[in-house]
Amino acid sequence: MKVGVVTFPGSLDDVDARRAVVLAGHEAVALWHGDHDLRGVDAVILPGGFSYGDYLRCGAISRFSPVMTEVVAAAERGMPVLGICNGFQVLCESHLLPGALIRNNHQKFVCRDQRLRVENNKTAWTSSYDEGAEITVVLKNGEGSYVADEATLDLLEGEGRVVVRYLDVNPNGSLRDIAGISNERGNVVGLMPHPEHAVEDLCGPGTDGLGFFASLLAPVG
Amino acid sequence: MARVVVDVMLKPEILDPQGKAVQGALPRLGFEGISDVRQGKRFELEVDGELTDQRLAEVREIAEKLLSNPVIEDFTVHLGAGHADGTGA
Repeated sequence: MKVGVVTFPGSLDDVDARRAVVLAGHEAVALWHGDHDLRGVDAVILPGGFSYGDYLRCGAISRFSPVMTEVVAAAERGMPVLGICNGFQVLCESHLLPGALIRNNHQKFVCRDQRLRVENNKTAWTSSYDEGAEITVVLKNGEGSYVADEATLDLLEGEGRVVVRYLDVNPNGSLRDIAGISNERGNVVGLMPHPEHAVEDLCGPGTDGLGFFASLLAPVG
Repeated sequence: MARVVVDVMLKPEILDPQGKAVQGALPRLGFEGISDVRQGKRFELEVDGELTDQRLAEVREIAEKLLSNPVIEDFTVHLGAGHADGTGA
């Protein structure tokens, strides 16, 4: 598959995301925030970083970049879209996913190897995992505390849209230990931890993250 | 030219770690009796021409669409004191 990775001004992990895409057997296509064109890709990743310097709110300005108009339209047609960290914040600001990410409850930036449970393996990005799989990937954020009102949280839980949940430690105050969620259809997934940093044994906590990128080839459901 | 002020505050039920940090610093500086601090954002918009109801409605739209995130924040719009050209208070 051709997987596009968007670079915004201030994106940090776009190169790692493209590398993960290639390691998972896909073709990586660099997309630019100012483009109105998705270059014929089959899926899109919004990478981590500090797009637009996190000015105003994380992801708030990126949401209005030209490429996001195309991403939102493609997502609504069912194209797989994965938002990692800052990309998750962009997806929430774009209203492709409900809720918001606010400052960590302990006020500090956190960087750690984080254990997660894959709660839903029926999304476009998690189908290569077993349901309930416990994985370890890097987590690094300053504003990663997931919040939404109770009704939204209940809806997400009820529809199985909590995709990954923090294990052992809640690193940022996210409600109900939520690390990642999906839209109703399961093609759009956003998560705070960084699977693209856990794709090679040479560095990082292992290769548990590769499944997110390999899932694109696996049959959903 | 008119100045319109948009104040954005986290909703009361949303935790404000920055406000908590500020509040925590107060006793260390010798200020007692401040039971809570909430931190928000203030935007000052200089609106060209006459400030009509339509222009004000546009400012509200700006506040709702960009300046605030309705999931976590509330905003208020009010006329600012003084003018952008420096006249007035």
